[in-house]
Amino acid sequence: MSGVLSSSIGRKVAMAASAFFLMFFLLQHFVINITSIFSPETFNELSHFMGTNPAVQFVLQPVLIFGVVFHFVMGFILEARNKKASVKYVKNNGAANSTWVSRNMIYSGLVILAFIVLHFIDFWIPEMKYKYIDFLPESPNRYYEELVHKFHSPIRTGAYVASFAFLALHLLHGFKSAFQSSGMSAKRAAKLETVSKIYAIGIPVGFIVIALFHHFNQH
Amino acid sequence: MNMNLKLKIWRQNGANDEGKMVDYSISDVSPDMSFLEMLDVLNEQIISEGGEPVAFDHDCREGICGMCSLYINGEAHGPDRGITTCQLHMRKFKDGDTIYIEPFRAKAFPVIKDLVVDRSSFDRIQHAGGFISVNTSGNTQDANAIPISKHAADEAMDAATCIGCGACVATCKNSSAMLFVGAKVSQYALLPQGQVEAADRVKNMVAQMDLEGFGNCTNTGACEVECPKGISLDNIARMNREFLKANI
Repeated sequence: MSGVLSSSIGRKVAMAASAFFLMFFLLQHFVINITSIFSPETFNELSHFMGTNPAVQFVLQPVLIFGVVFHFVMGFILEARNKKASVKYVKNNGAANSTWVSRNMIYSGLVILAFIVLHFIDFWIPEMKYKYIDFLPESPNRYYEELVHKFHSPIRTGAYVASFAFLALHLLHGFKSAFQSSGMSAKRAAKLETVSKIYAIGIPVGFIVIALFHHFNQH
Repeated sequence: MNMNLKLKIWRQNGANDEGKMVDYSISDVSPDMSFLEMLDVLNEQIISEGGEPVAFDHDCREGICGMCSLYINGEAHGPDRGITTCQLHMRKFKDGDTIYIEPFRAKAFPVIKDLVVDRSSFDRIQHAGGFISVNTSGNTQDANAIPISKHAADEAMDAATCIGCGACVATCKNSSAMLFVGAKVSQYALLPQGQVEAADRVKNMVAQMDLEGFGNCTNTGACEVECPKGISLDNIARMNREFLKANI
């Protein structure tokens, strides 16, 4: 078992496992955020639960941070190893046999990494400061106002929209690729094509709608 | 109509030489020539001018041996599908075209000379487990007496058609050998004769693949597209399953 993670296949499977975890997290994040469009009360309620539940705060949150860091670190390790294994051609026609997104996961990933840094600065760090540094009293109705306030800036909203577009590109290849790396046959993975596209396009477009909705509905 | 072509060919005098693209012109090329025949004509021209001919690999010239390599205009085996370079014909090009010809490139495929690369890393992976140990004492069971489903036999045969040319490595942006190793693992894993040693085989072949310095598969699917024998990505997925089964 110890040799598995040091092998090329083991690293692929570990990358896929962290991808599955992050895709599940993204789905639940989306489900909570989309409620902010329809019902600020529901959004506040769910956010209050996520922000105060000890299991979420002290078990799931560290696991999530580990998952995010692991996915990025493993991505960089794989990229470095692949660069080391390859030699550049004078003329290479990559478009003849593969999609742009599949060949450029590292770049879409880097944009997503930059977005996560921005997202942490915008929401996670102020939240940690509020609760665990300033020890301010919990206000169950503050979440919706904080969210709307963040999307006041057109620059920040634009950055979020652009990042979600790159997230879609990343998922368009990553969703199917995770299944294939885990050993699912290409034929079965092909059957997931529709689900893959719905997830890869639907979730980021949903996040874009949320960002634009709050930007254009400032009060 | 015969063609006049410009060729940009990688010339490299040994593994330690830096190498560079050198320009050549060739005229009166018949569209019915194979690509390798065109290179033969070019070499005759170079020799008649007192130069050193371009070194390139070839053997059977009928798409079976996997010896001919070449990265032509940015694609392994050139701009056609399901063929090796010896099966590529000049009718795929137009008069006045410039054709880039490079060796298969990967750290695990070092250049020996010009367009000839050392693919012995594939041999070493095969030696690590790409075989079955059969008792040949005279009491060996007749293979035909072992029932095998048509589906498994067909899939094993499809995997076994891999000729080990290395186009999968050459075309992969990561120089991954997983399609080749996946095919070799699969052709045995699908048959009862190969299942006895399946765990050791996949562990040893993957370990040797990693030792040779090939990259990691990122499922771009380029290898499957460029493979002259149409080896499916399913073989990589099967190898991953076999590897996990053997280790967990």
